[in-house]
Amino acid sequence: MAKAEDFKTNVKPTWCPGCGNFGLWQSYREALAELGLQPHNTAMVFDIGCCGNAANWHKLYAFHSLHGRTIPVAFAIKIANSELTVVADSGDGGGYGEGGNHFLHTCRTNIDITYIVHNNQIYGLTTGQASPTTEIGLQTKTTPQGQLDRPFHPLQVAIAQGATFVARGFTGDPMQLKNIIKEAIKHKGFSLVDILQPCITWNKLNTFTWYKQRVYKLEEQNWDAKDKEKALAKAGEWGDKIPTGIFYQEQAPSYESQLPQLKDKTLVEQGVQAQDISKFLKEFK
Amino acid sequence: MKNGTKLFTLKIGGEAGQGQQVAGLIFAKACSRGGLYTYDYSEYPSLIRGGLVTYQISVSEEPVFAAYNTVNLLVCLSKAAFINSKKELSDNAAVFYDGDKFKIEPGELPKIRQINLFSLPLTTIIRQAGLLPITANQVTLGAVAAVLDFDRKLLHSMIKDIFGAKGEKVVEMNIKAIEAGFDYAKNNCRIKNYTKLNTKPEKKDKVVITANEAVALGTIAAGCKFFSSYPMTPASSILHNLANWAKESGMVVKQSEDEISAIHMALGASFAGARAMTCTSGGGFALMVEGLALSAMTETPVVIAESQRPGPATGLPTWGGQEDLRFVANTGHGDFIRIVLTPGDAKEAYFLTPWAFNLAEKYQVPVIILLDKFISEGHESVADLTDKKIIINRGKLLTREQLGKIKEYKRYELTKDGVSFRALPGMAGGVHIANSDEHDEFGFSTEGFMPEIRIRQVDKRYAKLPAILKDLPKPRFYGSKKAKTTLIGWGSVKGPVLEALKSLPEGRYNFIHFTAVNPIDAAEVGKMLKGSGKLVLIESNKTGQFGDLLKQNLNVDFERKILKYSGIPFYPEELIEELSLKKATAIKIVKSKKKVKVK
Repeated sequence: MAKAEDFKTNVKPTWCPGCGNFGLWQSYREALAELGLQPHNTAMVFDIGCCGNAANWHKLYAFHSLHGRTIPVAFAIKIANSELTVVADSGDGGGYGEGGNHFLHTCRTNIDITYIVHNNQIYGLTTGQASPTTEIGLQTKTTPQGQLDRPFHPLQVAIAQGATFVARGFTGDPMQLKNIIKEAIKHKGFSLVDILQPCITWNKLNTFTWYKQRVYKLEEQNWDAKDKEKALAKAGEWGDKIPTGIFYQEQAPSYESQLPQLKDKTLVEQGVQAQDISKFLKEFK
Repeated sequence: MKNGTKLFTLKIGGEAGQGQQVAGLIFAKACSRGGLYTYDYSEYPSLIRGGLVTYQISVSEEPVFAAYNTVNLLVCLSKAAFINSKKELSDNAAVFYDGDKFKIEPGELPKIRQINLFSLPLTTIIRQAGLLPITANQVTLGAVAAVLDFDRKLLHSMIKDIFGAKGEKVVEMNIKAIEAGFDYAKNNCRIKNYTKLNTKPEKKDKVVITANEAVALGTIAAGCKFFSSYPMTPASSILHNLANWAKESGMVVKQSEDEISAIHMALGASFAGARAMTCTSGGGFALMVEGLALSAMTETPVVIAESQRPGPATGLPTWGGQEDLRFVANTGHGDFIRIVLTPGDAKEAYFLTPWAFNLAEKYQVPVIILLDKFISEGHESVADLTDKKIIINRGKLLTREQLGKIKEYKRYELTKDGVSFRALPGMAGGVHIANSDEHDEFGFSTEGFMPEIRIRQVDKRYAKLPAILKDLPKPRFYGSKKAKTTLIGWGSVKGPVLEALKSLPEGRYNFIHFTAVNPIDAAEVGKMLKGSGKLVLIESNKTGQFGDLLKQNLNVDFERKILKYSGIPFYPEELIEELSLKKATAIKIVKSKKKVKVK
């Protein structure tokens, strides 16, 4: 059995001291270990940014992709080898901005991958520009007069697009976060876990305390995660109160489970042999 | 063929939705089954109904590699078709037009040629025979068969194969339509000394196929298991065919949300260990460029088929050209190797596809199969498409056992040949990062503070070059070694040039055709060109992109450049005319003005 520590390389994280990512990473590693996963049968696709740099300190099969391009890579890894646990890991910039189109459409596929988005409502590695989830009015390097755009609502978008597992965690509650990640990975289908992860260096508004004062847990409210309409409304709740937990979960066949091509063996296990094409040639004669 | 003609060209023109492409393909296959060879070309606008759609097909007793411009039989389903094509009519050509819909007066015919004009009143014929209007195409084919003395049994057999699944009634009705057209033309359309298409008894030994279809077949033959693509003309039929065959072939075929996703999906599947591919045209490839660089940096094998159409921007969506060579050979940020293969016909497309997969996996680099509309959509009769064995070579891909023996696995290990062993997710002991950041041998990100690591990794990736050069398909030489002038071309110009060589004085020209254009093996090409005379570059673009690429690698000069960028392929006649000129002139062909007689 792998322990949480087994998912760690010798590389020292380059996050700012006190960054919310440390807690997220701890919860994530514990979740993987408690699910009985091994580094070699876990594949993770990393975005570019502070979260993406973590490819270096995660010990598992990592694909450090380009900005916004985690989910297409993760999607196809799962198709090629459906026995792997596949996780895509992104920030609010790559996940909801640069990779927005992939996010919209991968929700529709119900591919069995988990999408973890480090949401700190700001761009960190590029030193403090507005992100898709930045609050209206926030002054950043690129919005010195205050942000004019309305913030993106990832959970509502995911539910509307057909995602079958939609949750929000908070790095200030590692136990809840770990449980959400475990449920997301166990879920057979596309799982979004949006994680409130304060950026202590660049976002002076949405701080640890700011979140702490606002978050409350859905699981403590007798929440019914099967009700899509209510989930959609709840996912829009943002302000004095911010709900966390599993908003919506639906059991539906995953994308890869519906492919007859994968019925007996994974694509990778099938290997590569020269295929006889004579049966396909007939239509050209 | 008889009456002194070696070759016959039929052209059918009408509005989009009138089915001339379907009818044309029935005729092409019937000819092919009857022992003849065909090559077709279709022009159509980017719309679903209306406009002008033409289908032309050249037929010969010997293999034919391009469609000819000179039309011997023109079928006009709309007046626009006649106006567009009348200048292409040969002497003693025949013109059928749908007399129920419009009139062509003899005075409208080109005056310099003897032309046989016939009304083919489709509505009347259909009504009198008690048929449905949808059978108009078959009526037309019947009339075509009548004037050519073509064996209708070949058409009947095609009808049975195509409509058999729809039931006997449908088959019967379509055969009846052929007979109605045949009878009408036999009685009303007589031409003296006209071409006869002599066929042999039916034999289904040849395939009538486009390069796109051949690429799709090659993809299956290569053991590719994952294909992701976003539709774009003229590449889409690769995607369509593979999707259609997916259940039977066992390949997973995914239409992605965009081309960015398409290439990243292919990379994901390849990283996991499946052979993976994508296809697109130039505009879609523009979106894929970052993925090309990602393939290079992570050393993840990928094959990309790019079928060109004229640009820039949306350009001419349904027409052709060779305008993307400079783009695909140079695009992508940073220095890296990419291989560009350029099949010249369907057969080369079929064999180069598994070759592309082998190159991609052996050298862990991106490989582009560069096609264009002319070969992507032009059907060709091929007698021996699959006569060579397909060989699979996955390069340095570790098995679990091999990996188990390695003490400390390094994904990007520095090796003499620049290629490092690949371990796949799921294999114990092979955990690593496939890293888009510059990285060390293990895959861990590195920064410029350690320039020696950066330099070693760049050099490692480039160390693959000598072996790649040896492993690429060699340029192919056609014609006499002694010829005074050598024609240079790549990709789709092969067909028209080979056709032109049939008619040009023997020994005057030879031809070197490139099926791999990047990287260029300067030593090899230099050897081929040693002792050759003057060079003439032939390309379907404005600036002679391949000529520039050759000049970057070799000390060459072109006496002439024959460049065409109208969106229309080179016609053999144009090349014959150009190359028959005594004096060298740098004429850029737009459209052949003078008619040239084909010998």
